[in-house]
Amino acid sequence: MNDNVIISARELKKYYNGDAIKALDGVSADITKGEVVVVIGPSGSGKSTFLRCLNLLEIPTDGTILFNGSNITDKNANINMHRQKMGMVFQHFNLFPHMTILKNMTLAPCSLLHKTKEEAEKKALALLQRVGLGDRANAYPSQLSGGQKQRVAIVRALMMEPEVMLFDEPTSALDPEMVGEVLSVMKELAAEGMTMVVVTHEMGFAKEVGSRVLFMDEGKLLEQNTPNELFVNPQHPRLQDFLSKVL
Amino acid sequence: MSELQVWWQNLAADVQMWWTDFQDTFYRCFIQDDRWNFLTRGLGNTLLITLFALIIGVALGVVVAIIRSSYDKNAQEMRPGFGKAILSILNSICKVYLTVIRGTPVVVQLLLGVFVFFIFMGDITVACIVFGVNSGAYVAEIVRSGIMSIDNGQFEAGRSLGFNYVQTMRHIILPQAFKNVLPSLANEFIVLIKETSVAGYAGVIDLTKGGEIIRGRTFEAFMPLIAVALIYLALVLFFTYLIGKLERRLRSSER
Repeated sequence: MNDNVIISARELKKYYNGDAIKALDGVSADITKGEVVVVIGPSGSGKSTFLRCLNLLEIPTDGTILFNGSNITDKNANINMHRQKMGMVFQHFNLFPHMTILKNMTLAPCSLLHKTKEEAEKKALALLQRVGLGDRANAYPSQLSGGQKQRVAIVRALMMEPEVMLFDEPTSALDPEMVGEVLSVMKELAAEGMTMVVVTHEMGFAKEVGSRVLFMDEGKLLEQNTPNELFVNPQHPRLQDFLSKVL
Repeated sequence: MSELQVWWQNLAADVQMWWTDFQDTFYRCFIQDDRWNFLTRGLGNTLLITLFALIIGVALGVVVAIIRSSYDKNAQEMRPGFGKAILSILNSICKVYLTVIRGTPVVVQLLLGVFVFFIFMGDITVACIVFGVNSGAYVAEIVRSGIMSIDNGQFEAGRSLGFNYVQTMRHIILPQAFKNVLPSLANEFIVLIKETSVAGYAGVIDLTKGGEIIRGRTFEAFMPLIAVALIYLALVLFFTYLIGKLERRLRSSER
């Protein structure tokens, strides 16, 4: 196997109600170091389920996931350790409302990586500065706009120094005006070489930043290619149909 | 003498008589033989029982709430095995506890505690345990509703950062749940203060029993019982004020 593969998913299946609902129906994909993989597809196609399976927020019914070569779907794997290295950003931000922005960011590194408070706060302030929120460190999440919240959510995940970042529709809950500020943070992150898996409806982002685009429908991975090829020269009829509606 | 003057003099005499009477009753109820001691000692016991019952109740309630909500949230997703078996058993025990405690009157529980289950212990200790275990059942349901009211996204955010289940509960879910249920917990606490007034059934001299003893010795009902009622009222007002302050402080962290 290629040494640079960070995540390798094999035949992932996620069934609900026995096998009445097949949210994921045998998806295999490799994520290579430094890659920005964008997952697109219609609602209910299983793309979010796929992403959430990667850090086991959803336990797959069947299939294996290798993270840095170790099988994290194994019953005895310490998933908490693996999750520390997989940052995740949610559609609804999920900042902790009872903590300041600074506390939101330093909680995990202080208690899990045993960093000192000073060390963690210094890093947090530097990251906030970088996303243009240096002056909001002591604000509470309820005092921020949606775009600001999502930028905080991204840097909160970065505090754990993850090897890969998972984005679950990070701009879907935002005002159109605020989408840009979040995407630009993500672009910067991609430019620095962060490995990213992004589930999104932002085709512009997929084209511009994605190194590979996966198209999913009805729990299956139907096509994957570089953005140029996939958008310009789609092969699968379902993808052609999808693109004709969204582009 | 005019009619008005007669009326006035009669009224003054009445008031005079009532006042003498009042002083006399007051003297017999509280001063004579240091009977106020019954009230202060009773108040002390009431506060003692309430305090320990509160500690036991909250500790027990939080544990039961965590077990119950963990089971409700996770049992379906969990892989069969040792962990799931343990959680199922604990959940069943908690359910029995809630059913029995909430299904029987606290006086009966108290009598059972004193005369059946804990014969070897002092009455006040038993009262602390019984009221604590009783309150725990109600606290458990309050805290469980608080935990269930927290958006699952908070849980996922905690887990995705690498916190385990217990750490996520401790750092992220419980602080928010606690803040949400504080008014209900305060209510439970106030109910608890007043509920301890049945402790006299088991021979504990609490505030109510103290008033009753004075009544028995003086054959005066009004004054000792009104005194007892006023002391309860003052207690509840004082704690309501304190809890209100705490609530405002917790809220201020949001806006």
